[in-house]
Amino acid sequence: MKFTRAWLADHLDTDADPGRIADTLTAIGLEVESIADRAKDLARVVIARVIEAKPHPNADKLRVCLVDTGSERVQVVCGAPNARSGMIGAFAPPGTRIPGTGLDLKKGTIRGVESNGMLVSEREMGISDQHEGIIDLPADAPVGANWAKWAGLDDAVFEIKLTPNRPDCLGVRGVARDLAAAGLGRLKPLEIKPIAGAYDSPIAVRLDFPAGEGKACPLFVGRMIRGVRNGPSPAWLRDRLTAIGLRPISTLVDMTNYVTFDLGRPLHVFDADKVKGDIVARFGRSGESFLALNGKTYAVEPDMTAICDDSGALGLGGIMGGQSTGCTADTKTVFVEAALFDPLRTAATGRRHGIQSDARYRFERGVDPAFVAAGMEWATRLTMQLCGGEPSNLVVAGQAPDWTRAYALRPDRVATLGGIDLPEAEQRRILVALGFAAKPGGWQPPSWRPDILGEADLVEEIARIAGFERIPALPMPRELDRHRPGVSPAQRRVRIVKRALAERGLTEAITYSFVARAHARVFGGGGDDLMLQNPMSSELDCMRPSLLPGLIDAMRRNVDRGLGDGALFEVGPQYASATLVTGQTVAASGIRLGQAQRAGWTGPARPADAFDAKADALAALAALGLGESAIGIEAGAAAWYHPGRSGTLKLGPKTVLGWFGELHPEVLERFDLAGPLVGFELVLDALPPAKARPGRARPAFAPPQYPAVERDFAFVVDRAVTADRLVKAARQADKKLIEQAGVFDVYAGQGVAEGKVSIALRVRLQPTERTLTEAEIEAVAARVVEAVAKATGATLRT
Amino acid sequence: MDRDSIDRLGAELAAAADAAADTAALEAVRVAALGKKGRVTELMKGLGAMAPEARRAAGQSLNQLRDRIEAAIAARAEAIRRRDRTAKLAEEKVDVTLPVRPTAEGKLHPVSQVIDEVTEIFAAMGFVVAEGPDIEDDFHNFTALNIPPEHPARQMHDTFYLAGGAGSNAPPLLRTHTSPVQVRTMQAGPPPYRIVVPGRTYRRDSDQTHTPMFHQIEGLAIDRSITMGHLKGCLEEFARAFFESDQVRMRFRPSHFPFTEPSAEVDINYTVENGVVRVGAGERWMEILGCGMVHPKVLEMCGVDPAQWQGFAFGMGLDRIAMLKYGIPDLRTMFEGDLRWLAHYGFSPLDLPSFGQGLSR
Repeated sequence: MKFTRAWLADHLDTDADPGRIADTLTAIGLEVESIADRAKDLARVVIARVIEAKPHPNADKLRVCLVDTGSERVQVVCGAPNARSGMIGAFAPPGTRIPGTGLDLKKGTIRGVESNGMLVSEREMGISDQHEGIIDLPADAPVGANWAKWAGLDDAVFEIKLTPNRPDCLGVRGVARDLAAAGLGRLKPLEIKPIAGAYDSPIAVRLDFPAGEGKACPLFVGRMIRGVRNGPSPAWLRDRLTAIGLRPISTLVDMTNYVTFDLGRPLHVFDADKVKGDIVARFGRSGESFLALNGKTYAVEPDMTAICDDSGALGLGGIMGGQSTGCTADTKTVFVEAALFDPLRTAATGRRHGIQSDARYRFERGVDPAFVAAGMEWATRLTMQLCGGEPSNLVVAGQAPDWTRAYALRPDRVATLGGIDLPEAEQRRILVALGFAAKPGGWQPPSWRPDILGEADLVEEIARIAGFERIPALPMPRELDRHRPGVSPAQRRVRIVKRALAERGLTEAITYSFVARAHARVFGGGGDDLMLQNPMSSELDCMRPSLLPGLIDAMRRNVDRGLGDGALFEVGPQYASATLVTGQTVAASGIRLGQAQRAGWTGPARPADAFDAKADALAALAALGLGESAIGIEAGAAAWYHPGRSGTLKLGPKTVLGWFGELHPEVLERFDLAGPLVGFELVLDALPPAKARPGRARPAFAPPQYPAVERDFAFVVDRAVTADRLVKAARQADKKLIEQAGVFDVYAGQGVAEGKVSIALRVRLQPTERTLTEAEIEAVAARVVEAVAKATGATLRT
Repeated sequence: MDRDSIDRLGAELAAAADAAADTAALEAVRVAALGKKGRVTELMKGLGAMAPEARRAAGQSLNQLRDRIEAAIAARAEAIRRRDRTAKLAEEKVDVTLPVRPTAEGKLHPVSQVIDEVTEIFAAMGFVVAEGPDIEDDFHNFTALNIPPEHPARQMHDTFYLAGGAGSNAPPLLRTHTSPVQVRTMQAGPPPYRIVVPGRTYRRDSDQTHTPMFHQIEGLAIDRSITMGHLKGCLEEFARAFFESDQVRMRFRPSHFPFTEPSAEVDINYTVENGVVRVGAGERWMEILGCGMVHPKVLEMCGVDPAQWQGFAFGMGLDRIAMLKYGIPDLRTMFEGDLRWLAHYGFSPLDLPSFGQGLSR
């Protein structure tokens, strides 16, 4: 919403300067987006005399003008047909920003002749579309004076950003009322006297809606004015409209736009001589359409409100009129419409057709239902002033819906809800200034405030006008008897895992929750239910089933930028279905591409392998308190991993925590990446909930009293046997004495039979009662060999 | 043996010890002097044949001789050991200017860091973190928040809709704000509530300042007598703590949201220095969040009696405050996973925000 300082002054008696007006507007919720002052912007454009205009030596259509700017004489090359010796025009020196083009004017040479500035047209100055010639001023215009100021353009233009609940401020008067309430001046009275009609309108108006649908257009007021002269509007009207970015068209159309922006009352004018029969407001009919004023043809569907005559639809009610009955310079008889249209239907129709219009903007937010006939009277007066003519009696169909309602306000609520302690008298003064009326049931909101629907709204009105800066800031009350952490155990896991993985050298990425469906399918997703109906692009059309596709895609982009290796992780949601709440789980996943260890003077390069991914996953679990011994590892993982170089992480026999391993070569091909690429996925939500602990005390520290002993064993076993079976068997050999057992070497090749592998275990014995004798140690060792042999068929390597 | 002879022998053997080039030569000197057949030993053996008087005197001299030689050998041994150690150490010299073994340094994403910072601040004010699903329904995202089906706000949001299950006439959607978690929290149990909700949100929008996914943090405080004054205090305390400056000022402007009444938009003061925004300085205002007192209708729809309970809610762009605090110029770079960018703007895992050691360094 735009308006000028002078326009505001029509409604508000104030001596506030534009700066104070702007501050107040923002403070009461009418946020100022910009204040423009054309006199300032165009300060360098001066009134100048063309002393002499000679033909350009090298161009037929150009003239070389000697211009007196009041302070100097400059040479300007000009292409305007009306440039002539002796004329007075507007001159822009080099350096001026030309509003019509947005460009900074420079000195130049045009066809070999130097040009030091520009004689400008109205279009170049942004005040009209006139570009036939340069601005031609009266002979008495003072040479050297500021042109914009002389032309009356020295007026601040405010642009405010209105929230959708304030249709009343879509007219300058509404803005003035708010400012007056905020103490910035006095709202001038708006006296509207009915104008007596001289005759009955030959065009009647009917509302023709099915029962129960009358609110589509509850009220339609019309009036004929005959004998009008249409044509260009007077300068003051054109200037006002141009100042707020509207294009003057003709007096009748400009009048409707003016009333729309002045009083928030949209109007429409028909050329009455083109209307066939009466005017009917009704729903559209299948197949019906009309050519709108914007030159486009729109279907008028059965759920849209159409304004029609005997020839069919003329326009869409509250949105846009049609060309067939549009006013032109030849219009002699005009039929003016002031109506009410259903906000929801107006919004839906406008949205469906993609029509943005000033009328739609207002009707969909809510136009004052008590200012229909009065708006028509105002429009009549203005039309008669501008175009002459003789008005008919009003034609009224339907009636305004009852807008009256009242809400009780407990005066202490302004303090107990709004936090601002205001005397009742001030509360009352504010509400009255805004147009509220005290009624037996409470405060009745004015007809132009459809947004006021309860006591909280009244509190807001009072607080907003009093000023939010008057609300004292209070500290949040603290509950001293209550201590709780800010995060839940599950949220704590997320925080810990992120830092644990970063500690491992992986870098955290945040990638989109949606990926390309083709990528989702690679990772077991891509189901119909998780497709977006309206994606940004086909690259982002499906909710991700795993964090891997987003991470791999990010890694590929890094490779494209020239990075050779890298490690990324993400902790975030992945989606198994569109089911609310349970369809998504929190996962922690990471990938490593290329070298896990770069070649350096200390050693050769080592490519990332499945064990790096395994280590990442185990480190994350360890950070969550799940040590390696708690995790079961099984060979094989989901289909997107290398079938022979991947594993499943389990907790107990049933709970799958995730997977790790090399990614399947087909995944690499799909993402256009050269490997090795390894990764892991952990579903954090699969972890059992943390147990509540009564206290934080640790168990007593009991270091072993007797020395531990380590013994190494080299077994030879079939390749098919997994190492964990040997370890498990060794550990079981003496559960009491054996504290640890683990693999420390794996060897296949010379000295080991084909199809076999040598696996070396280190077993640590920790006695608790006394130091072990050599014989006892040998006895345990023998049990280890026996147990491993029995469980796996392994033999001790000799 | 007379005294002079003993002294000469002592001098001779001590000189031999001093002259020993290495441990082996020194040992030869020792054997030659003090070994079973060493010269001193041989002299000692002669003592037994002496008269007691002469033996005492000679024994004393010989003991002194032995001590002298032992001392000379020990001194030489120590000198050799030192010399050899020094030589060995010189041999072991490495080029300490060589680089260390490479280790990869991982970083946390700035949004994760800022979530932890914000959590720290609000936890200190008694808030707990709540969460909810990204995939939501119409009721939680709109209806329960007093946004009826035809409300223009629904158009403003540019919602992503999912295809959803078969036959559903109201398809699931991606939440356009974190506010549905307010609804879920209120439905899950009785008041009071004091929660913050950091999380992913989605709007169908993409340009320099919008990405189709972004992060918000929502706050909700419902109790018996929470007012706009507490809302102001809470947010002012937050802004000063987060931007780590007492100079941060806030401006509350009346605004409009369907789910709050009264509603406000909040600006913070900033200035631009060398093209970089600095918050908490200067006289310019920048909007950073929307807030207000929870609309009675929202409370009602969530099963909370608005006659008994009231309070505030706020919503703020997390990516945006991260950008403001840490000088990140472009939102779109946040979600590209560019390792160079993450190395530059990311955080060490050791940088755990806390009030004790400071929110950031």
